[in-house]
Amino acid sequence: MTEIVADAGRCVGAGQCVLTDPDAFDQSDEDGTVVLLQAVPADDEALKRAQIAVEICPSRALSLTD
Amino acid sequence: MTAPALQTTRRCPYAPPDEHTRIRDSDSGISQVTLPSGQVAWAMGRLEHIRAMLTDPRFSSDRRHPNFPRFTREQPAFDLMRPSLIQLDPPDHGPARKAVVGEFTVRRMAGLRPRIQQIVGEHIDALLAGPRPTDLVQALSLPVPSLVICEQLGVPYGDHEFFQRNSSALLSRTTTPEGRRQAVTNLRDYLRELIAAKTADPADDLLGRQLAQGSDPEDVLSLAFLLLIAGHETTANMISLGVVTLLERPGELAALREDPARTLPAIEELLRVYTIAEFANSRVAIEDVEIGGVTIRAGDPVLALSNAANHDPSAFDEAEEIKLDRGARNHVAFGFGIHQCLGQNLARMELQIVFDTLFRRIPTLRLATPADALPYKNDAFVYGIHELPVTWEDPA
Repeated sequence: MTEIVADAGRCVGAGQCVLTDPDAFDQSDEDGTVVLLQAVPADDEALKRAQIAVEICPSRALSLTD
Repeated sequence: MTAPALQTTRRCPYAPPDEHTRIRDSDSGISQVTLPSGQVAWAMGRLEHIRAMLTDPRFSSDRRHPNFPRFTREQPAFDLMRPSLIQLDPPDHGPARKAVVGEFTVRRMAGLRPRIQQIVGEHIDALLAGPRPTDLVQALSLPVPSLVICEQLGVPYGDHEFFQRNSSALLSRTTTPEGRRQAVTNLRDYLRELIAAKTADPADDLLGRQLAQGSDPEDVLSLAFLLLIAGHETTANMISLGVVTLLERPGELAALREDPARTLPAIEELLRVYTIAEFANSRVAIEDVEIGGVTIRAGDPVLALSNAANHDPSAFDEAEEIKLDRGARNHVAFGFGIHQCLGQNLARMELQIVFDTLFRRIPTLRLATPADALPYKNDAFVYGIHELPVTWEDPA
Protein backbone atom coordinates (compact mmCIF):
# COMPACT_ATOMS: atom_id res chain seq x y z
CA MET A 1 0.00 0.00 0.00
CA THR A 2 1.39 3.38 -0.99
CA GLU A 3 2.09 5.66 1.90
CA ILE A 4 3.30 9.28 2.08
CA VAL A 5 6.49 9.81 4.05
CA ALA A 6 7.25 13.35 5.26
CA ASP A 7 10.64 14.41 6.65
CA ALA A 8 10.01 17.49 8.81
CA GLY A 9 13.76 17.84 9.27
CA ARG A 10 14.29 18.52 5.56
CA CYS A 11 11.10 20.62 5.23
CA VAL A 12 11.48 24.40 4.74
CA GLY A 13 7.80 25.25 5.23
CA ALA A 14 7.04 26.49 1.72
CA GLY A 15 3.50 25.12 2.12
CA GLN A 16 3.29 23.73 -1.43
CA CYS A 17 1.92 20.40 -0.14
CA VAL A 18 -0.84 22.16 1.84
CA LEU A 19 -1.86 24.02 -1.30
CA THR A 20 -1.93 20.72 -3.19
CA ASP A 21 -3.97 18.73 -0.67
CA PRO A 22 -5.07 20.35 2.60
CA ASP A 23 -6.71 17.08 3.65
CA ALA A 24 -3.39 15.25 3.61
CA PHE A 25 -0.95 17.95 4.71
CA ASP A 26 -0.75 20.70 7.30
CA GLN A 27 1.99 22.97 8.66
CA SER A 28 3.17 23.29 12.24
CA ASP A 29 2.24 26.64 13.77
CA GLU A 30 5.65 26.85 15.46
CA ASP A 31 8.11 26.35 12.64
CA GLY A 32 5.92 25.93 9.56
CA THR A 33 7.16 22.41 8.82
CA VAL A 34 5.01 19.65 7.38
CA VAL A 35 2.47 17.73 9.48
CA LEU A 36 1.01 14.66 7.82
CA LEU A 37 -2.76 14.40 8.31
CA GLN A 38 -3.43 11.43 6.04
CA ALA A 39 -0.46 9.20 5.25
CA VAL A 40 -2.38 6.71 3.10
CA PRO A 41 -4.07 8.29 0.06
CA ALA A 42 -7.74 7.35 0.24
CA ASP A 43 -8.31 7.01 -3.52
CA ASP A 44 -6.69 7.53 -6.91
CA GLU A 45 -7.38 11.26 -6.85
CA ALA A 46 -5.68 11.61 -3.48
CA LEU A 47 -2.76 9.56 -4.76
CA LYS A 48 -2.41 11.87 -7.77
CA ARG A 49 -2.35 14.88 -5.45
CA ALA A 50 0.28 13.16 -3.30
CA GLN A 51 2.44 12.57 -6.38
CA ILE A 52 2.19 16.24 -7.31
CA ALA A 53 3.09 17.24 -3.75
CA VAL A 54 6.17 15.00 -3.89
CA GLU A 55 7.21 16.45 -7.25
CA ILE A 56 6.87 20.10 -6.30
CA CYS A 57 8.17 19.93 -2.72
CA PRO A 58 11.16 22.32 -2.96
CA SER A 59 13.22 20.65 -0.22
CA ARG A 60 12.51 17.06 -1.31
CA ALA A 61 11.00 16.37 2.10
CA LEU A 62 8.21 14.14 0.74
CA SER A 63 8.32 10.66 -0.76
CA LEU A 64 5.97 7.76 -1.47
CA THR A 65 6.56 4.18 -0.41
CA ASP A 66 5.85 1.39 -2.90
CA MET B 1 37.11 31.61 -26.86
CA THR B 2 35.44 34.38 -24.88
CA ALA B 3 31.99 33.59 -23.53
CA PRO B 4 29.29 35.88 -24.99
CA ALA B 5 27.82 38.58 -22.75
CA LEU B 6 24.63 37.57 -20.95
CA GLN B 7 21.58 39.01 -22.68
CA THR B 8 18.87 40.44 -20.43
CA THR B 9 16.37 42.06 -22.82
CA ARG B 10 13.35 39.85 -23.35
CA ARG B 11 12.12 39.05 -26.83
CA CYS B 12 8.64 40.03 -25.66
CA PRO B 13 7.32 40.64 -22.14
CA TYR B 14 7.00 36.94 -21.39
CA ALA B 15 9.55 35.40 -23.75
CA PRO B 16 13.17 35.03 -22.67
CA PRO B 17 15.94 36.47 -24.84
CA ASP B 18 16.68 34.21 -27.85
CA GLU B 19 20.12 33.53 -26.40
CA HIS B 20 18.57 31.88 -23.30
CA THR B 21 16.31 29.73 -25.46
CA ARG B 22 19.30 28.68 -27.60
CA ILE B 23 21.29 27.66 -24.52
CA ARG B 24 18.31 25.68 -23.18
CA ASP B 25 17.76 23.88 -26.48
CA SER B 26 21.46 23.11 -27.10
CA ASP B 27 22.73 19.52 -26.64
CA SER B 28 23.84 20.00 -23.03
CA GLY B 29 21.39 22.79 -22.10
CA ILE B 30 24.31 24.53 -20.39
CA SER B 31 26.70 27.15 -21.71
CA GLN B 32 29.12 29.79 -20.48
CA VAL B 33 28.23 33.50 -20.51
CA THR B 34 30.02 36.63 -19.38
CA LEU B 35 28.20 38.58 -16.66
CA PRO B 36 28.20 42.40 -16.34
CA SER B 37 30.78 41.90 -13.55
CA GLY B 38 33.19 40.32 -16.05
CA GLN B 39 32.75 36.89 -14.42
CA VAL B 40 32.31 33.91 -16.70
CA ALA B 41 29.38 31.83 -15.40
CA TRP B 42 27.65 28.61 -16.39
CA ALA B 43 24.12 29.37 -17.55
CA MET B 44 21.60 26.53 -17.44
CA GLY B 45 18.28 26.71 -19.24
CA ARG B 46 16.47 23.42 -18.58
CA LEU B 47 13.98 23.01 -15.80
CA GLU B 48 15.30 19.56 -14.86
CA HIS B 49 18.89 20.84 -14.47
CA ILE B 50 17.84 23.89 -12.49
CA ARG B 51 15.73 21.86 -10.08
CA ALA B 52 18.68 19.49 -9.61
CA MET B 53 21.10 22.38 -9.06
CA LEU B 54 18.86 24.17 -6.57
CA THR B 55 18.43 21.03 -4.43
CA ASP B 56 22.13 20.08 -4.47
CA PRO B 57 24.15 21.19 -1.41
CA ARG B 58 27.28 21.31 -3.59
CA PHE B 59 25.96 24.66 -4.86
CA SER B 60 26.21 27.51 -2.38
CA SER B 61 24.11 30.65 -1.84
CA ASP B 62 26.94 32.45 -0.05
CA ARG B 63 27.08 35.82 -1.76
CA ARG B 64 30.34 36.56 0.00
CA HIS B 65 32.06 33.86 -2.02
CA PRO B 66 34.31 35.82 -4.41
CA ASN B 67 32.94 33.83 -7.39
CA PHE B 68 29.23 34.19 -6.57
CA PRO B 69 27.53 35.51 -9.77
CA ARG B 70 27.19 39.31 -9.78
CA PHE B 71 25.01 41.36 -12.10
CA THR B 72 26.68 44.67 -11.33
CA ARG B 73 30.29 45.76 -11.67
CA GLU B 74 30.70 46.47 -7.96
CA GLN B 75 30.93 44.01 -5.08
CA PRO B 76 27.73 44.06 -3.02
CA ALA B 77 28.02 46.08 0.21
CA PHE B 78 28.56 43.12 2.56
CA ASP B 79 30.03 45.29 5.28
CA LEU B 80 26.69 47.03 5.79
CA MET B 81 24.64 44.14 7.15
CA ARG B 82 24.82 40.51 8.26
CA PRO B 83 23.87 37.85 5.70
CA SER B 84 20.13 37.28 5.42
CA LEU B 85 18.29 33.98 4.87
CA ILE B 86 18.86 33.89 1.12
CA GLN B 87 22.64 34.02 1.64
CA LEU B 88 22.87 31.15 4.14
CA ASP B 89 23.82 27.55 3.38
CA PRO B 90 23.13 24.51 5.56
CA PRO B 91 23.54 24.02 8.46
CA ASP B 92 22.98 27.73 9.28
CA HIS B 93 20.02 28.14 6.93
CA GLY B 94 17.56 25.63 8.44
CA PRO B 95 17.23 27.08 11.95
CA ALA B 96 17.16 30.64 10.57
CA ARG B 97 14.34 29.83 8.16
CA LYS B 98 12.39 27.84 10.74
CA ALA B 99 12.57 30.81 13.12
CA VAL B 100 10.43 32.86 10.72
CA VAL B 101 8.57 30.52 8.34
CA GLY B 102 5.81 29.99 10.94
CA GLU B 103 4.82 33.58 10.11
CA PHE B 104 4.12 32.58 6.49
CA THR B 105 2.20 29.30 6.70
CA VAL B 106 -0.85 28.80 4.52
CA ARG B 107 -3.01 29.12 7.67
CA ARG B 108 -1.38 32.37 8.80
CA MET B 109 -1.84 33.79 5.32
CA ALA B 110 -5.54 32.86 5.34
CA GLY B 111 -5.82 34.83 8.58
CA LEU B 112 -4.61 37.95 6.74
CA ARG B 113 -7.25 37.60 4.03
CA PRO B 114 -9.94 39.89 5.54
CA ARG B 115 -7.47 42.73 6.09
CA ILE B 116 -5.98 42.38 2.59
CA GLN B 117 -9.50 42.33 1.11
CA GLN B 118 -10.22 45.57 2.99
CA ILE B 119 -6.99 47.21 1.75
CA VAL B 120 -7.75 46.22 -1.84
CA GLY B 121 -11.35 47.46 -1.54
CA GLU B 122 -10.25 50.85 -0.22
CA HIS B 123 -7.73 51.31 -3.01
CA ILE B 124 -10.32 50.45 -5.65
CA ASP B 125 -12.75 52.93 -4.04
CA ALA B 126 -10.07 55.60 -4.33
CA LEU B 127 -9.29 54.59 -7.91
CA LEU B 128 -12.96 54.92 -8.92
CA ALA B 129 -13.22 58.30 -7.22
CA GLY B 130 -10.15 59.62 -9.05
CA PRO B 131 -9.38 60.88 -12.57
CA ARG B 132 -9.30 58.78 -15.76
CA PRO B 133 -7.03 57.52 -17.15
CA THR B 134 -4.90 56.74 -14.16
CA ASP B 135 -1.70 54.80 -13.48
CA LEU B 136 -2.67 51.45 -11.95
CA VAL B 137 0.90 50.91 -10.68
CA GLN B 138 0.63 53.87 -8.30
CA ALA B 139 -3.07 53.43 -7.56
CA LEU B 140 -3.12 49.70 -6.80
CA SER B 141 -0.20 47.47 -7.81
CA LEU B 142 2.39 49.10 -5.55
CA PRO B 143 0.43 50.36 -2.53
CA VAL B 144 -1.40 47.08 -1.81
CA PRO B 145 1.65 44.82 -1.31
CA SER B 146 3.60 47.67 0.30
CA LEU B 147 0.89 48.26 2.87
CA VAL B 148 0.49 44.54 3.52
CA ILE B 149 4.19 43.90 4.12
CA CYS B 150 4.54 47.06 6.23
CA GLU B 151 1.65 46.00 8.48
CA GLN B 152 2.94 42.45 8.73
CA LEU B 153 6.47 43.53 9.67
CA GLY B 154 5.36 46.45 11.81
CA VAL B 155 6.91 49.17 9.64
CA PRO B 156 5.05 52.52 9.49
CA TYR B 157 3.40 52.77 6.06
CA GLY B 158 3.73 56.54 6.25
CA ASP B 159 7.35 56.00 5.26
CA HIS B 160 6.53 53.98 2.14
CA GLU B 161 7.76 56.66 -0.29
CA PHE B 162 11.14 56.38 1.35
CA PHE B 163 11.17 52.58 0.87
CA GLN B 164 9.87 52.85 -2.64
CA ARG B 165 12.56 55.31 -3.68
CA ASN B 166 15.39 53.34 -2.10
CA SER B 167 14.26 49.88 -3.19
CA SER B 168 13.76 51.10 -6.77
CA ALA B 169 17.30 52.50 -6.75
CA LEU B 170 18.58 49.20 -5.42
CA LEU B 171 16.79 47.13 -8.09
CA SER B 172 17.60 49.34 -11.08
CA ARG B 173 20.37 48.25 -13.43
CA THR B 174 21.22 51.90 -14.09
CA THR B 175 21.97 52.93 -10.48
CA THR B 176 25.64 53.80 -9.83
CA PRO B 177 27.61 51.71 -7.31
CA GLU B 178 27.62 54.70 -4.93
CA GLY B 179 23.88 55.14 -5.38
CA ARG B 180 23.21 51.50 -4.63
CA ARG B 181 25.37 51.60 -1.51
CA GLN B 182 23.59 54.74 -0.35
CA ALA B 183 20.17 53.15 -0.86
CA VAL B 184 21.16 50.11 1.22
CA THR B 185 22.61 52.38 3.92
CA ASN B 186 19.43 54.49 4.04
CA LEU B 187 17.19 51.45 4.43
CA ARG B 188 19.50 49.82 6.95
CA ASP B 189 19.73 52.90 9.18
CA TYR B 190 15.98 53.37 9.12
CA LEU B 191 15.28 49.72 9.99
CA ARG B 192 17.98 49.62 12.66
CA GLU B 193 16.35 52.55 14.44
CA LEU B 194 12.92 50.94 14.13
CA ILE B 195 14.22 47.65 15.57
CA ALA B 196 15.89 49.48 18.46
CA ALA B 197 12.53 51.08 19.24
CA LYS B 198 10.80 47.68 19.15
CA THR B 199 13.49 46.21 21.41
CA ALA B 200 12.78 48.93 23.96
CA ASP B 201 9.02 48.74 23.52
CA PRO B 202 7.96 45.25 22.27
CA ALA B 203 5.34 45.20 19.52
CA ASP B 204 3.06 42.36 18.39
CA ASP B 205 4.22 42.27 14.78
CA LEU B 206 6.63 40.05 12.86
CA LEU B 207 9.75 42.02 13.81
CA GLY B 208 8.58 42.36 17.42
CA ARG B 209 7.93 38.62 17.67
CA GLN B 210 11.38 37.80 16.23
CA LEU B 211 12.95 39.98 18.93
CA ALA B 212 10.69 38.48 21.61
CA GLN B 213 11.80 34.94 20.70
CA GLY B 214 15.38 35.99 21.31
CA SER B 215 16.69 36.66 17.79
CA ASP B 216 19.70 38.97 17.62
CA PRO B 217 18.59 42.48 16.58
CA GLU B 218 21.24 42.56 13.83
CA ASP B 219 19.81 39.31 12.37
CA VAL B 220 16.30 40.75 12.61
CA LEU B 221 17.63 43.77 10.71
CA SER B 222 18.85 41.61 7.81
CA LEU B 223 15.54 39.73 7.80
CA ALA B 224 13.54 42.98 7.80
CA PHE B 225 15.59 44.31 4.89
CA LEU B 226 15.07 41.11 2.89
CA LEU B 227 11.32 40.91 3.52
CA LEU B 228 10.73 44.57 2.83
CA ILE B 229 12.55 44.49 -0.52
CA ALA B 230 11.19 41.08 -1.53
CA GLY B 231 7.64 41.90 -0.48
CA HIS B 232 7.53 45.32 -2.07
CA GLU B 233 8.20 45.25 -5.79
CA THR B 234 7.72 41.63 -6.77
CA THR B 235 4.00 41.28 -6.08
CA ALA B 236 3.44 44.79 -7.47
CA ASN B 237 5.02 43.78 -10.76
CA MET B 238 2.97 40.58 -10.96
CA ILE B 239 -0.25 42.54 -10.33
CA SER B 240 0.53 44.91 -13.22
CA LEU B 241 1.65 42.19 -15.63
CA GLY B 242 -1.34 40.03 -14.71
CA VAL B 243 -3.83 42.85 -15.27
CA VAL B 244 -2.38 43.52 -18.74
CA THR B 245 -2.46 39.83 -19.67
CA LEU B 246 -6.03 39.35 -18.48
CA LEU B 247 -7.30 42.53 -20.17
CA GLU B 248 -5.73 41.32 -23.42
CA ARG B 249 -7.74 38.07 -23.15
CA PRO B 250 -11.35 39.18 -22.65
CA GLY B 251 -12.84 35.71 -23.20
CA GLU B 252 -10.68 34.11 -20.55
CA LEU B 253 -11.16 37.08 -18.23
CA ALA B 254 -14.94 36.63 -18.51
CA ALA B 255 -14.56 32.95 -17.60
CA LEU B 256 -12.46 33.94 -14.61
CA ARG B 257 -15.08 36.43 -13.45
CA GLU B 258 -17.77 33.74 -13.72
CA ASP B 259 -15.77 31.18 -11.76
CA PRO B 260 -13.31 32.42 -9.12
CA ALA B 261 -11.91 28.87 -8.82
CA ARG B 262 -10.09 29.66 -12.07
CA THR B 263 -8.08 32.49 -10.52
CA LEU B 264 -5.43 30.49 -8.65
CA PRO B 265 -4.49 28.30 -11.65
CA ALA B 266 -4.35 31.49 -13.75
CA ILE B 267 -1.97 33.02 -11.21
CA GLU B 268 0.35 29.99 -11.45
CA GLU B 269 0.42 30.41 -15.21
CA LEU B 270 1.17 34.14 -14.94
CA LEU B 271 3.96 33.39 -12.47
CA ARG B 272 5.38 30.82 -14.89
CA VAL B 273 5.26 32.86 -18.08
CA TYR B 274 6.66 36.07 -16.58
CA THR B 275 9.21 34.66 -14.07
CA ILE B 276 9.91 38.21 -12.90
CA ALA B 277 12.83 37.41 -10.58
CA GLU B 278 14.53 35.29 -13.22
CA PHE B 279 18.11 35.70 -12.01
CA ALA B 280 17.41 35.12 -8.31
CA ASN B 281 18.36 31.44 -8.71
CA SER B 282 22.14 31.93 -8.85
CA ARG B 283 24.70 29.83 -7.01
CA VAL B 284 28.42 29.09 -6.82
CA ALA B 285 29.71 25.50 -6.97
CA ILE B 286 31.72 24.48 -3.91
CA GLU B 287 32.58 21.00 -5.27
CA ASP B 288 32.93 19.58 -8.76
CA VAL B 289 29.47 18.62 -10.07
CA GLU B 290 28.42 17.05 -13.36
CA ILE B 291 25.12 18.27 -14.80
CA GLY B 292 23.92 17.63 -18.35
CA GLY B 293 27.25 16.03 -19.24
CA VAL B 294 29.11 19.23 -18.30
CA THR B 295 31.56 19.27 -15.39
CA ILE B 296 31.07 22.35 -13.26
CA ARG B 297 34.22 22.92 -11.19
CA ALA B 298 34.35 23.96 -7.56
CA GLY B 299 34.40 27.76 -7.57
CA ASP B 300 32.47 28.18 -10.83
CA PRO B 301 29.60 30.70 -10.79
CA VAL B 302 26.27 29.24 -11.94
CA LEU B 303 23.22 31.01 -13.26
CA ALA B 304 19.74 29.55 -13.69
CA LEU B 305 18.00 30.95 -16.76
CA SER B 306 14.74 30.56 -14.88
CA ASN B 307 12.47 32.17 -17.43
CA ALA B 308 13.83 29.97 -20.24
CA ALA B 309 13.36 26.96 -17.94
CA ASN B 310 9.78 27.96 -17.22
CA HIS B 311 9.24 27.86 -21.01
CA ASP B 312 11.07 24.54 -21.38
CA PRO B 313 9.14 22.39 -23.91
CA SER B 314 10.36 19.21 -22.20
CA ALA B 315 8.61 20.31 -18.99
CA PHE B 316 5.48 22.09 -20.28
CA ASP B 317 3.22 21.26 -23.24
CA GLU B 318 3.09 24.17 -25.68
CA ALA B 319 5.36 25.97 -23.27
CA GLU B 320 5.30 29.23 -25.25
CA GLU B 321 1.51 29.51 -24.96
CA ILE B 322 -0.23 31.25 -22.07
CA LYS B 323 -2.88 28.77 -20.90
CA LEU B 324 -4.61 30.22 -17.89
CA ASP B 325 -6.12 26.86 -16.96
CA ARG B 326 -2.82 24.96 -17.23
CA GLY B 327 -2.50 24.71 -13.45
CA ALA B 328 1.17 23.62 -13.57
CA ARG B 329 3.02 24.33 -10.33
CA ASN B 330 6.36 22.74 -11.18
CA HIS B 331 7.76 26.11 -12.37
CA VAL B 332 10.66 27.85 -10.65
CA ALA B 333 9.21 31.37 -10.55
CA PHE B 334 9.51 31.27 -6.74
CA GLY B 335 12.80 29.35 -6.98
CA PHE B 336 13.27 25.77 -5.82
CA GLY B 337 15.20 24.07 -3.05
CA ILE B 338 15.60 25.28 0.50
CA HIS B 339 15.49 28.97 -0.48
CA GLN B 340 12.14 28.83 -2.28
CA CYS B 341 10.27 32.09 -1.69
CA LEU B 342 9.17 32.48 1.92
CA GLY B 343 6.32 34.82 0.96
CA GLN B 344 4.94 32.83 -1.98
CA ASN B 345 1.60 32.08 -0.35
CA LEU B 346 1.19 35.70 0.65
CA ALA B 347 1.90 36.68 -2.96
CA ARG B 348 -0.62 34.16 -4.31
CA MET B 349 -3.31 35.45 -1.97
CA GLU B 350 -2.65 39.11 -2.74
CA LEU B 351 -2.81 38.41 -6.47
CA GLN B 352 -6.02 36.39 -6.05
CA ILE B 353 -7.76 39.09 -4.04
CA VAL B 354 -6.61 41.88 -6.35
CA PHE B 355 -7.65 40.16 -9.61
CA ASP B 356 -11.00 38.91 -8.27
CA THR B 357 -11.92 42.25 -6.72
CA LEU B 358 -10.62 44.56 -9.46
CA PHE B 359 -12.37 42.84 -12.36
CA ARG B 360 -15.61 42.40 -10.38
CA ARG B 361 -15.71 46.02 -9.21
CA ILE B 362 -14.61 47.55 -12.54
CA PRO B 363 -15.89 45.25 -15.31
CA THR B 364 -15.19 47.90 -17.98
CA LEU B 365 -11.54 48.35 -17.02
CA ARG B 366 -9.29 48.69 -20.08
CA LEU B 367 -5.78 49.72 -21.03
CA ALA B 368 -5.38 53.40 -21.91
CA THR B 369 -2.08 52.61 -23.68
CA PRO B 370 -1.69 49.61 -26.02
CA ALA B 371 -0.04 46.65 -24.29
CA ASP B 372 2.92 46.68 -26.70
CA ALA B 373 3.62 50.36 -25.95
CA LEU B 374 3.81 50.00 -22.15
CA PRO B 375 7.12 50.79 -20.41
CA TYR B 376 8.31 47.31 -19.42
CA LYS B 377 11.18 47.03 -16.94
CA ASN B 378 14.02 45.77 -19.08
CA ASP B 379 16.22 48.02 -16.95
CA ALA B 380 15.56 46.36 -13.58
CA PHE B 381 16.61 43.18 -11.82
CA VAL B 382 12.96 42.31 -11.25
CA TYR B 383 10.79 42.42 -14.39
CA GLY B 384 7.57 44.41 -14.44
CA ILE B 385 5.96 47.58 -15.77
CA HIS B 386 6.91 51.10 -14.72
CA GLU B 387 3.54 52.66 -15.47
CA LEU B 388 0.17 51.17 -16.45
CA PRO B 389 -2.42 53.71 -17.66
CA VAL B 390 -5.96 52.33 -17.39
CA THR B 391 -9.44 53.74 -17.81
CA TRP B 392 -13.06 52.55 -17.47
CA GLU B 393 -16.66 53.52 -18.23
CA ASP B 394 -19.14 55.08 -15.84
CA PRO B 395 -21.43 52.44 -14.36
CA ALA B 396 -24.62 52.16 -16.47
